[in-house]
Amino acid sequence: MSQDVVKSPSQLKQKEMIRRNYDKITSGEVKVSSTFVPGNLNELLMCFDIANNLPEINAIQNGMRKKSGEMIVEAERSGHSEDVCTYVKADIGMMARGNIAPNGKPMPDPDLLLLSYTGCFTFMKWFELLREEYRCPTVMLHVPYAADGRPTQNMRDYIVKQLKEEVIPTLEQVSGIKFDIDRLREYLRKSARAEDDLVWMLEQAKRKPSPIDCYFGGVYYMGPIFTAFRGTDDAIEYYRLLRAEIEQRIEQGLGAMTPEGDMPEEKYRLVVEGPPNWTSFRDFWKMFYEEGAVVVASSYTKVGGVYDYDGFRHDPEHPLESLADYCLGVYTNRNLPTRVDMLARNVIEYEADGLLINSIKSCNSFSAGQLVMMREVEKLTGKPAAFIETDLVDPRYFSAANVKNRLESYFQMIDQKRRAGGSGPAAPATMNKRS
Amino acid sequence: MATKSVKQIVDFCQEIYADLDFTRARQWKEAEPGRKVIGYMPVYVPREIIHAAGMLPLGILGGGADMEVIHGDAYYQSYICRIPRSTIDLAITGKLDFVDGMLFPSICDVIRNLTGIWQLMFKEKYVRYFDTPQNFRDEIGGRFYAHELGELRADLEELAGRKISDAQLNRSIAVYNENREWVNRVYDYRSATPWKAPAFEVYLLMRAGMVLPPEEHSALLRDYLAAAEAEDRPLRDNCRVVMTGSFCEQPPLNLIKSIELAGCYIVDDDFMLVNRWLLEEVPTDGDPLANLCRAFLHHSAETAAKYEADMEKKGSYLLGLIEKRGAEGVIFAAPSFCDPALLDQPMIVRRVAERNIPYITMQYAENSGQMQPIREQAGTFADSIKLWSAS
Repeated sequence: MSQDVVKSPSQLKQKEMIRRNYDKITSGEVKVSSTFVPGNLNELLMCFDIANNLPEINAIQNGMRKKSGEMIVEAERSGHSEDVCTYVKADIGMMARGNIAPNGKPMPDPDLLLLSYTGCFTFMKWFELLREEYRCPTVMLHVPYAADGRPTQNMRDYIVKQLKEEVIPTLEQVSGIKFDIDRLREYLRKSARAEDDLVWMLEQAKRKPSPIDCYFGGVYYMGPIFTAFRGTDDAIEYYRLLRAEIEQRIEQGLGAMTPEGDMPEEKYRLVVEGPPNWTSFRDFWKMFYEEGAVVVASSYTKVGGVYDYDGFRHDPEHPLESLADYCLGVYTNRNLPTRVDMLARNVIEYEADGLLINSIKSCNSFSAGQLVMMREVEKLTGKPAAFIETDLVDPRYFSAANVKNRLESYFQMIDQKRRAGGSGPAAPATMNKRS
Repeated sequence: MATKSVKQIVDFCQEIYADLDFTRARQWKEAEPGRKVIGYMPVYVPREIIHAAGMLPLGILGGGADMEVIHGDAYYQSYICRIPRSTIDLAITGKLDFVDGMLFPSICDVIRNLTGIWQLMFKEKYVRYFDTPQNFRDEIGGRFYAHELGELRADLEELAGRKISDAQLNRSIAVYNENREWVNRVYDYRSATPWKAPAFEVYLLMRAGMVLPPEEHSALLRDYLAAAEAEDRPLRDNCRVVMTGSFCEQPPLNLIKSIELAGCYIVDDDFMLVNRWLLEEVPTDGDPLANLCRAFLHHSAETAAKYEADMEKKGSYLLGLIEKRGAEGVIFAAPSFCDPALLDQPMIVRRVAERNIPYITMQYAENSGQMQPIREQAGTFADSIKLWSAS
């Protein structure tokens, strides 16, 4: 039986922020741009009073409300392959079913598609597909892949040039508002303030017990910074409230919060790679907290920006360059050796028992190469790793029994390793050197 | 008078196609000390730069239909296409041990991440993710791309242990201009007389271009044209189709044969687009990298891996081919789990359907074995075109 959970001030704050944003989007009173979470240029859109609508988030909302399955089938009926990304199909299916926003009101056609092609090939095709339906202005920001682990000056210059000569002129044209770089600086200053608290929050999971879950809980905590609120006072306030709540939990010696209250005993500490499944999100989470497993770090909480690995913060002194660096640094835009390094560091620094990969059928950007990554992280840390397979928002690819079996086997494997007296030496010296 | 018969040429190409040890490329490398081989994957790399460095560009297109993938499945989940798993298998089993470097072009996330797998597993090899711009303005995407080309040139200079001069680059551009000209002549010839140049033969000829030095490949194409013209072959009552969507993982040869046997002459396709990616001759004087850059930005083929900024032009490459080749239908043949081809397909299908051009869609893997359904589908398609087209 589910319990009524009293929402904390930060949760109430976030709920209110999301509600207001959807009301703004559906009001018909503002210009609306659709864009993506990775490479999300929220501060820039705010400079033009353009509301930020994120189709990925709509798909997640529909997934969690058990509506995405029908939408995906609808898209497949109209010729979209079973083999491709289910976010795309959920979005197209949503359109076919009247395009109703999560607040129950019709979603207006976007005034602009801001195609930030960052870390995911599918994005490019997704917005080409949407462009066919909406026939609205579409502007592409191509973010090169940081294939050698570090962005180059050429990549940065390319992005800045696109911002100056393609993106900003289009935003000016759509909004009728002239670009004001000082306005952008002010938003970026606010972004950096919220990002400081965000990183503080992430790092609290190093504590034992961890006062937070950085995957299932983490997706809520990352919400404001990843979506339409980075650069706002609301985001600063949200992270201030969240920080105060976490400080209180630390003081009280509480473990991570779950939908059924505080986790009584922290038995397993995990690092998780890959997005969660959204259609059975609660059931999936329950498989962890029922076993006393808390996720102390996850790559999914880096998908909309990496702030805790190499110290990136939005920089008001270099506004456009800073947006370029932000885009270049999102998790899926980093090469596999860097992703391995990040995960291995997380396992070691957060004293995790191992790495769990939730491999997503829909998402080649995350998934291609994960089996190699798993072996590399095992080699570097000496900790056991495990692999499960689900999907983002297609309920047909979530097999609860299979996932639960694999998780139980994994927890047993960790127990066995512990009984055997540890799990081998870690090898941090071989990892990439950070700046 | 042809000096080699079609059979001799096709047998030679078939041998290259079936040889997963890449013996020809190995022999080329061993012929002179210091020679190097650079592997590349679909869809496009500027082979001119590799050639100018005195190296052999080697197209890697997976393991094909006959290779038993033993190790590769441990590297990739079942829902990822087959080309990366057979390619990794080729590497693990030592079949690519003579390859000095690999280029992974920006075609999709799977090939992109294969760069990382190479970086993790083959640390001693040169590996480069070859990024191409999705912005096609000279002063934006062009500037980025020119820099990328410059980096590739510098990397290859280091690997070669010598500078690559502009004169060498211009000579290599000329070599590839000539090669593209012969490739295009073969395509034109097939379109004009498809019964004289069956699709599987043309396919094998183009595959040979993945392994042979371009000069040899051009000579082979010239010989084939002469030999095919000299041979008398029966004209069949087939319909004319363009096959599209097969620009990365390649269909099994039997699939191509089956389609033709079922009554469809394939009069154009997008297999191995690298052979004819650049649509116009690249100037052979002036700044060679700037010329390659302009050719990419303004005169290159359209494929799903490229962004089309102008929605009205989307699909125009395929529609242009249909018109140019007098095709009566389109076969959309995409590899399973291929993001670019499958995500692009609904948009292109719409444009084809709007023009009342008959089409069918099918999916394959490089090791698909069952050809009966393909024959039935293609045969029915051919019949429907013959029955329902204006007569």
